Amino acid sequence: MNDASRAQILKRLHAATQQQPVDTPEMADLPVELLTPPQKIETLKAHMEAVRTEVHVVAARDWTKLLKKILKKRDLKTLLYAPGTPVGSEVQKAWAEEPERLPELVSYKDNIENFKEQLFDIDAAVTSTVGGIAETGAVILWPDEKEPRLMSLVPPIHIAILQAAKIYTTFSEAIQAEDWAQKMPTNVVLISGPSKTADIELTLAFGVHGPKELIVLILKDE
Amino acid sequence: MSNDTGPNFQQNVSRALNDKQLRKNFKFAMGNFILKRKQIFSDESKTEQLRQVGNAIKRRVLSQLPQLLEELEEKCTRNGIQVHWAETTIEANQQVLRIMNAHQATRLVKGKSMVSEEMGLNEFLQQNKIEVVETDLGEFIIQLNDEKPSHIIVPAIHKNKQQIAEIFHQKLADTPYTEKVEELNAIARRILRQKFFNAQVGLSGVNFAVAETGTLCLVENEGNGRMSTTVPPVHIAVMGLEKVVEKLADIPPMLRLLTGSATGQLITTYVNMITSARKPGEKDGPKEVHLIILDNGRSEILADPQLRQTLQCIRCGTCLNHCPVYTRIGGHAYGFVYPGPIGKILNPQIEGLKKAGELATASSLCEACAEVCPVKIPIPQLLRRLRNESYASGSIATVKDGGYKKNVIETIGWKGWEMMNTHPHINAIGNKIMSRLGAKIPKIGPLKQWTRYRTAPKFAPKSLHQLVDEEGIQDE
Ligand code: SF4
Repeated sequence: MNDASRAQILKRLHAATQQQPVDTPEMADLPVELLTPPQKIETLKAHMEAVRTEVHVVAARDWTKLLKKILKKRDLKTLLYAPGTPVGSEVQKAWAEEPERLPELVSYKDNIENFKEQLFDIDAAVTSTVGGIAETGAVILWPDEKEPRLMSLVPPIHIAILQAAKIYTTFSEAIQAEDWAQKMPTNVVLISGPSKTADIELTLAFGVHGPKELIVLILKDE
Repeated sequence: MSNDTGPNFQQNVSRALNDKQLRKNFKFAMGNFILKRKQIFSDESKTEQLRQVGNAIKRRVLSQLPQLLEELEEKCTRNGIQVHWAETTIEANQQVLRIMNAHQATRLVKGKSMVSEEMGLNEFLQQNKIEVVETDLGEFIIQLNDEKPSHIIVPAIHKNKQQIAEIFHQKLADTPYTEKVEELNAIARRILRQKFFNAQVGLSGVNFAVAETGTLCLVENEGNGRMSTTVPPVHIAVMGLEKVVEKLADIPPMLRLLTGSATGQLITTYVNMITSARKPGEKDGPKEVHLIILDNGRSEILADPQLRQTLQCIRCGTCLNHCPVYTRIGGHAYGFVYPGPIGKILNPQIEGLKKAGELATASSLCEACAEVCPVKIPIPQLLRRLRNESYASGSIATVKDGGYKKNVIETIGWKGWEMMNTHPHINAIGNKIMSRLGAKIPKIGPLKQWTRYRTAPKFAPKSLHQLVDEEGIQDE
């Protein structure tokens, strides 16, 4: 049944485009003004804050200190992290130095089928990002084996670590610079803020299904 | 929807116009959307450039639609996404059911998808003993109340918070009445988290499918779409076949146009790009991903060089927001899945003119929709065309039920009109008769209809021709 449908549909489409070709207009390139590195940080920060993301710009060597401060203020029990990633390793090191009053580190130890119950109970997660987009204000995540997809979605607080040097002016620039078309992973997500809805009388409410809080640390090399 | 004639549009319209609450809800919401869109697209010339790019991208898609769909299929298959083709909504529904059955699955969570509405998927699955849960907050609300979306972006916009509070209180066990949006939101979060946790299959729509890489792009603010496509072990995506784009580089401008037009956002909270099922070593994500490509009349729309522009639509909903008719009658009055301007051109082509052709008449042709449409669909032109198609006035009439309104008396009438206006002598005689007797024509039949809301024109005692002659002006 399926193959027959496929053949029928394609046959009609081919006939339609052959009998009456669609005229295609020339496509102009959209002008872009590339931003300087400080402008990129500023623009991304402003856009993300406007949609209620907490953004901190911090010296690269101090970021775990800031992370601890942020977490202590919130009094959380568990923090999901990804061992084996640069971000995960630094978290581990920082926690080893001073474990008290910090949330317990939890790793995504098993497949979702066996980890689901625990995952839905975790308070916060820290993940890396592969970049940011200044023009629209968003971080880019490429989840992988070490850093699974649901880390940035299920826990109520998501902390994303962004290297300042990896902020692009536009989404198009990011796609080109990193040659995405050649190596799309299982999943890419752009995230601009905490989960939100305006479905009731257009009143904004946060944390409807995903994280209630998104915290972005922008790491600057001094 | 198997009957030939559609819902009673006139009656629906009168009912909607008399519902003060409904009109207030829509007026408020649409005003708000218009404002937010304006803020994001404040630079007119840049917006125009962007819309031109959007139009060009979609036209390029249409020019090679079959090739792109074949490429999409090939790339998806290579990435482990299973592709299915459906000619009709019945077939698409059955494909969903077959996948569910293969997994002995009885629980489905859904992200927002207008195509699934077009399929009537919920009713179909429920008849087959499958629990279907809408997880977008707006969809969840109307599902509880057994209603249809009244807007393609904000489906529950016709309800105010008192009404929603009442629905939650009535339909959800142990839920006290509360009008606080934060609390209503928290109730939905609690219930739906459980549903995501337990679901065996997740279903979603598709905003853009990239042929070059086999990537399905979904935009959303809530996170329910990501939940539905990541937590359950199986993901089924359904798309109309016009949703394909050529390359990844097309996504950024299309995304800007979509989010800016739909909700006045620079970007949504999430842009979710899915290129494959869970790979070995990966710990989450569905192990199986299916893509159902639905035709349901679209391939026939492509055959018409003018009407095919309908297929450029990215379902942003901004033509609804800017439509003076939609704003006053709301989405339900149209009686079809797609309301507003896009519905007026799409439903008649999918469902046939006999059933849905009347929709094309519900427009003052004010052009507001065409001015804001991010892909520059000339909706009013297409409306006029569909009106003509109903009478099949000399066209190639590819539209379903084309010419169904054609009637002998009218045809003769228009022939006479044509003759009068091409033969000066007959014209002169006709004018004379009308200036004497025109006012005395009895208001019956179509004239009665026509003069219900309009004053009948008064025929001048002398025709323009005569006046000009008398003034001594030379006729060119
Ligand atoms: S017709 Fe244009 S404005 Fe209306 S929903 Fe489609 S893309 Fe948006």
